[in-house]
Amino acid sequence: MIINGVTIDATFAEAFPMKATRAIITAQNEKWAMISAQAMTGFATSVIACGCEAGIERVLDPSETPDGRPGVSIMIFAMGGKGLAKQLETRAGQCVLTSPTSALFAGIEGGIRIPLGKNLRYFGDGFQIAKVISGKRYWRVPVMDGEFLTEATTGQVDAVGGGNFLVLAESQPQALTACEAAIEEMRKIPNVIMPFPGGIVRSGSKVGSKYASLGASTNDAFCPTLKGMTKTDLSPEIESVMEIVIDGLSKEDIDKAMRVGIQAVCDLGAANGIQRISAGNYGGKLGPFHFHLQEIMA
Amino acid sequence: MSALTFKLKQRPDQRVDMSPLVCHQLLGMEPLTIAAIELQCGKRKVRVDELFSLSGFDTQKIVIKNSFGKLDYIGKELSEGSITVEGDAGAYLGFGMKSGAIKVHGNVGLYAACEMKNGYLEIDGNAGDFLGAAQPGNKMGMKGGTILVKGNVGERAGDHMRRGNILIEGDAGDYCGSRMTAGTIAVMGKTGRFVGYAMRRGTLLLWNQPQLQASFNDCGAHTLAFLPILFASFKKYDSRFAETSAAFNRVRRFAGDMSELGRGEVLVRI
Repeated sequence: MIINGVTIDATFAEAFPMKATRAIITAQNEKWAMISAQAMTGFATSVIACGCEAGIERVLDPSETPDGRPGVSIMIFAMGGKGLAKQLETRAGQCVLTSPTSALFAGIEGGIRIPLGKNLRYFGDGFQIAKVISGKRYWRVPVMDGEFLTEATTGQVDAVGGGNFLVLAESQPQALTACEAAIEEMRKIPNVIMPFPGGIVRSGSKVGSKYASLGASTNDAFCPTLKGMTKTDLSPEIESVMEIVIDGLSKEDIDKAMRVGIQAVCDLGAANGIQRISAGNYGGKLGPFHFHLQEIMA
Repeated sequence: MSALTFKLKQRPDQRVDMSPLVCHQLLGMEPLTIAAIELQCGKRKVRVDELFSLSGFDTQKIVIKNSFGKLDYIGKELSEGSITVEGDAGAYLGFGMKSGAIKVHGNVGLYAACEMKNGYLEIDGNAGDFLGAAQPGNKMGMKGGTILVKGNVGERAGDHMRRGNILIEGDAGDYCGSRMTAGTIAVMGKTGRFVGYAMRRGTLLLWNQPQLQASFNDCGAHTLAFLPILFASFKKYDSRFAETSAAFNRVRRFAGDMSELGRGEVLVRI
């Protein structure tokens, strides 16, 4: 398949079941809601070493938030419910509770309830106050700038993590420009996050390593500087490869995000140095979710 | 299906225990069976059709017409459906109510919503003493749900209240929120003496500065983030509490009652 001169490989991305949750952070203004959200989703690019994958889903208008203030919706993904709950709680405690003027609310109504502010309340040292409003329990925790308001729980749902595609370009700036264009479009899709810095990964990995202690190592087949010394997957004109990883609440959400992302890359086309779109997989044996690039773009 | 309607034929001299006439108890009953139910009236028992003329079939929607202040225990332990009272209601309206809705177009007597657990109670007129309170000797009053009173309420509203909302558009009598353990009482009008007397936790949200006891400490003026959420939850009611102009988030906070646990608060609009 070729779109605007860009070859879409006959391959697929392989993704895994994960557990996910969403939280809404509000603050006095968008600037402080974003600062808090960035802190909460920091160091959360990959479950390999971060314990979770997290990202900002979108900015919320005051009319969309529970307390009518500007807000940001964030999502956290982890391999299991226990790990997810721990990450959510520690991040909320260190990054949102501490952030000036912030408040924290559930972003998923259904699913299994996991603690959001339920245990953070103990920071109040007995001065905390519970309020049940319209069936939801909130905690008001006295803090130095006033009160930290948090919903007690949020929902945990089954999700999909690890959807991806690779952008193969003739130069590094061209690969980056294409990925930036893709991310801009993908951020408009609800229920997905792209957890890597700016949504883009330059160090895609393969499973295993020559070093026994490492479970993952550089994806040498896509490293342009190794073209002459490894079993490469790159043609001579490709000088740079970047990857976009997508976690979503469902396979359909990731489908949509991949479609708009790949389309944005293809819109730049071969004229802007984009050669191919490919994807990372493990032969289809590890992850139950397969995202076939040509089917998505059909 | 039309609402099951009980129209009072004439006012009895004695008080009437209306507790058998609730939706969940009448579910599936034929009109003739309902007519034969015996109600306690003073020291004697009277058939329903001796006191009321019956019409309609929908037992999940009950209407009591020509009601007056001696019809006690209307909606006792109501667990589903709705009851509309056209006129006044006696004591213990919605006693131990678990779910559903009760609407009274007139005034109600003592102990309305006593030990209410959940559901919605709306009173167009005034309510007597001990609204949403515990029975005498009991330690736990209202445990959930919402009470909306468009008129005034008597003394000891929310006595021993544990959870839920009491919304009062008018004035509240003495000892409003006394011995509260938790929950919220909002009063748009004036409050009497000894507001929050011996309250342990809970919130009294007041539109007018009360005369507070010495055991309430001024914590200063604050903008509280939970108030917009609380007011937004009132939007569904046919009430002045639902009006946008009624909402505020700036209050003066008084903590108390310091002669008790002292974790309660009186929030006064500023």
